[in-house]
Amino acid sequence: MSEQLLKVTIDNITVEVPAGTTILQAARKIGGDVAPPAMCYYSKLQGSGGKCRTCLVEVSKGSEKDPRPMPKLVASCRTTIMDGMEVKNITSDRVLDARKGVVEFLLINHPLDCPVCDQAGECHLQDLSYEHGAAGTRYEFQRRTFKKHDLGDYIQLHMTRCILCYRCVFTADQLTKTREHGVLDRGDHAEIATFIEKNLQNDFIGNVIDVCPVGALTDKTFRFKNRVWFTKPVDAHRDCDTCCGEVQLWMRGHEVFRVTARKDEWGEVKESTKGGTGWICNTCRFEKKQVSDWEIEGPTKVNRHSVISQGHYVGLQKPEETMPKVMDGRSPKLLMDIHSVSEVNKPNIELSKLDRPAHSTDFNQ
Amino acid sequence: MQALTNRAKPVERRPMTWLESIYLWNIIKGMAITFSHIFKKKPTINYPEQKRPFSPVFRGLHVLNRDEEGRERCTACGLCAVACPAEAITMEAAERLPGEENLYREEKYAAKYEINMLRCIFCGLCEEACPKDAIYLSETFAPSNYTRKGFIYGKDDLLIPDPKQAPADFAKAKGLAEA
Repeated sequence: MSEQLLKVTIDNITVEVPAGTTILQAARKIGGDVAPPAMCYYSKLQGSGGKCRTCLVEVSKGSEKDPRPMPKLVASCRTTIMDGMEVKNITSDRVLDARKGVVEFLLINHPLDCPVCDQAGECHLQDLSYEHGAAGTRYEFQRRTFKKHDLGDYIQLHMTRCILCYRCVFTADQLTKTREHGVLDRGDHAEIATFIEKNLQNDFIGNVIDVCPVGALTDKTFRFKNRVWFTKPVDAHRDCDTCCGEVQLWMRGHEVFRVTARKDEWGEVKESTKGGTGWICNTCRFEKKQVSDWEIEGPTKVNRHSVISQGHYVGLQKPEETMPKVMDGRSPKLLMDIHSVSEVNKPNIELSKLDRPAHSTDFNQ
Repeated sequence: MQALTNRAKPVERRPMTWLESIYLWNIIKGMAITFSHIFKKKPTINYPEQKRPFSPVFRGLHVLNRDEEGRERCTACGLCAVACPAEAITMEAAERLPGEENLYREEKYAAKYEINMLRCIFCGLCEEACPKDAIYLSETFAPSNYTRKGFIYGKDDLLIPDPKQAPADFAKAKGLAEA
């Protein structure tokens, strides 16, 4: 029975998938715009999904045997397909309208502090609201705020940005031996927190940064160091005893500003070449910030439409330097060396070597 | 060849007469035009003493803005730098320490902010990109300089004077008071 492939039509594209596949996974198999966006569902985490409602789709035909449409929009990450099912995602106005409403709800308490947030540029909520959301807000009340929790030296928690997707809770549950944080309180007050400010000390806890779809959990060692789109992602690996050691370095010049796991086109951590999901350990993520620690494989391919590809002049052909040739090998005298004047990127202040955000004291040396 | 319009004039190639060749009449005609301009309105102004008002959409030297309490508005979000077609803007961000709340508006701020005026094309895209009302193009020119070094503008060149500490300078920078 499990060998049998079932037909499902999503946005008039038919695909054959094994029984038990969810609509979202089938849509991702087709790829492109057909795949509904997902904020809480994470294919590598068991039990995730069904919370954010951004992946709502319309089922216009239940199955071959029972062709009645489903009366309400369904969450595609939690609904398994039936044989002959017909699903409408971007072809349905109802879905687009519902998704716009969902985005509005997600943004109700979101502080929209993207200029300060380190996630900006690779934030799923930013992409989602840009594609599906309304330009303005109708919310007139104070946005909720929380007491600040300290999650240790490595991870920065901004509870106001959280959309309660539970991904980090599943990550801690499934990747680490002990889970020390969870969702406390209910409803409007629900928040990600650790009991009695207990630090998260597990080897793989850094992965909560990668799974977080918004800027609620960010890397404290990268905090405010640079914007994501000014750093260049490079694939690299090292021999690590605890994890696969395959990572992405976010570099600027020869400085490693940030280390993350490699992500696939859905923003999820990629499979590693050694098999299994390529989660990386805290040592690789937070403590190896030297180029010499890594074996660099080459630049990561970035989607051309992503802001991260700004300033990457792919296929650039530099004109030949003719000056030294005509001047008998002497290079021309520079009228100004920018580094002698510029105050930015001073060689004696290496921000990437700091394990905390830079402060005014670091610049006034 | 057929003329395209009837305004074409055939060139006269006959030799000038003696009266024409002394140019007397043409000189008198030219001088009359010159003298008539003495009584007309002057289109020029005496520049350093007199100045023309700038157009309200004039894009001149950049200014980094402060809020009403004199705190810097810039949070080093990098949107001006990413919008800049000339790649003239660079910055380094830092986290606000406790006790610096009166200096910076948000928890992140630009510790270093630099505009390379040699690169800048004064397009105003940085002003449009800024989400925090922090950068503005003012109605002044970048002053000339003998060296290239003088065109790398740091934060001390760009920041508007503090409205609390130096209200007179602030008013002058805003154009509210007479210079």
